[in-house]
Amino acid sequence: MPKRLHYSDKSSLNLASFIPMVKEKSTTFFINIANVIQYLKTILRNIFTKKFEFQEFLKQCYQIGNKSVGLISITGIIVGLVLTIQSRPPLVEFGAVAMLPGMVAVSIIREMGPVITALICAGKIGSSMGAELGSMRVTEQIDAMEVSNTNPINYLIIPRVLAATIMIPLLTLYADAIGIFGSWLGINIKNTVSFQLFMNQAFKQVEFIDIIPAVIKTFFFGAVIGLVGCYKGYNAGRGTESVGIAANSAVVTSSLLLIIVDLIAVQITDLL
Amino acid sequence: MEKSTDNILIDIKNLKKSFGDQKVLDGITLQLYEKENLVVLGKSGSGKSVLIKCIVNLLQHDEGSITVGEHELTDINEEDLIEVRKKIGFLFQSAALYDSMTVRENLTFALSRLNEKFSEEEMDVKIVEALENVGMPDSIDKMPSELSGGMKKRIGLARTLVVNPNIILYDEPTTGLDPITSDEISNLINETQAKFNNASIIITHDINCVKTVADRIAMIKDGKVYKVGNLEEFVSDDDPYIQSFFK
Repeated sequence: MPKRLHYSDKSSLNLASFIPMVKEKSTTFFINIANVIQYLKTILRNIFTKKFEFQEFLKQCYQIGNKSVGLISITGIIVGLVLTIQSRPPLVEFGAVAMLPGMVAVSIIREMGPVITALICAGKIGSSMGAELGSMRVTEQIDAMEVSNTNPINYLIIPRVLAATIMIPLLTLYADAIGIFGSWLGINIKNTVSFQLFMNQAFKQVEFIDIIPAVIKTFFFGAVIGLVGCYKGYNAGRGTESVGIAANSAVVTSSLLLIIVDLIAVQITDLL
Repeated sequence: MEKSTDNILIDIKNLKKSFGDQKVLDGITLQLYEKENLVVLGKSGSGKSVLIKCIVNLLQHDEGSITVGEHELTDINEEDLIEVRKKIGFLFQSAALYDSMTVRENLTFALSRLNEKFSEEEMDVKIVEALENVGMPDSIDKMPSELSGGMKKRIGLARTLVVNPNIILYDEPTTGLDPITSDEISNLINETQAKFNNASIIITHDINCVKTVADRIAMIKDGKVYKVGNLEEFVSDDDPYIQSFFK
């Protein structure tokens, strides 16, 4: 077993110890990739072949919605307000202030709503899944479940992943609506515009192609949050410290993956 | 009870298990007979818990064999594993009650998952009966967070008993408990055995618990069975390693 490198131990920072360290890190990396593939394979197989835990799925849907709706309401309204207030001066300068509702609506529907909702849910739901499953692992509750003839993948992971996949798009649509409402409030700080006129102006600019790809990508966002949160929690180590590590790692990894998925989605949408 | 091959419930032969380079079990051979309390004794990290986790297939062994009743666990199929797990109750070191469920739901979960044929009324009767057996009928609607360590162990035992297993595996049942509660749990193990006639494997390094519950003791050292015998044989043994536990 190669000795681990410690940054304080300057004598060990030489080529002889660097090569085994790289070898060890790359081995760990490929083992992790293999584990993730195995994990995804098991989930996909069990979704179609094992009994579906519908009650647990409904419970998780409720929890995800219930936990996030308050935060998403506040964030959505603020995003709408800020986007409107920030965009207004340049549009006034070019005499295009009438474009403001449409511009904000398109920004919110295409990008801000999905990404902000997903990032909030990665923090709120991903960390909660990581911590909950990690704590169940540490306190042997997952083992107890297995001894009670319950497959933890079916009971704990599949309902959470599917619930996140279904609920994130719904929360995004809600965030979009709240964000557009926030934009109307933002416009009314300087002008008086009726809600009906604002909505007419906003949706004149919004097309079908703005909505559908944005909604489709949120399903992937939800799946990423659920899969990463559950993977990190389910594979947490045995000590109590592992619970914190699992929760933290779930948020960091899923946030990074969300941005990557978003980039891919934007590239694909551009081709359409 | 006379020990013969006819009344062996669990037969472990030359069991080996490693984690990476670390050999934890290195050729364990051990039998559990009907209606006996077998204590597995050994230092922390000697592989006691790994041994019982292999028995319920929570961990897969590398070599050797474990036979529970007529089922051999190596490459066991899913249906047979369910049958094996129906026969075995497992009390975890931390009791492992589900945090998000009440005591009633914890017991209902175990009962419904292992035996789906009961109606709700039948399940309620069984749950109350199991809680009465461990002296905790009033805790039925409590959450695990409202229970002390000893109470959690009792509820964990009730969750084990509710499925009526004929073998119970106790993983360090008295760890983390004060001496009085430890004695209560040890006595409860004896009462359970007397009432339900089940056989048990008790993993522990608590000598008071060993003295209270052991019909037979198997000591594990360096992944191997170091000595098997009854309490008197262990107490009278001059071996310094054995005496370090019993002095």
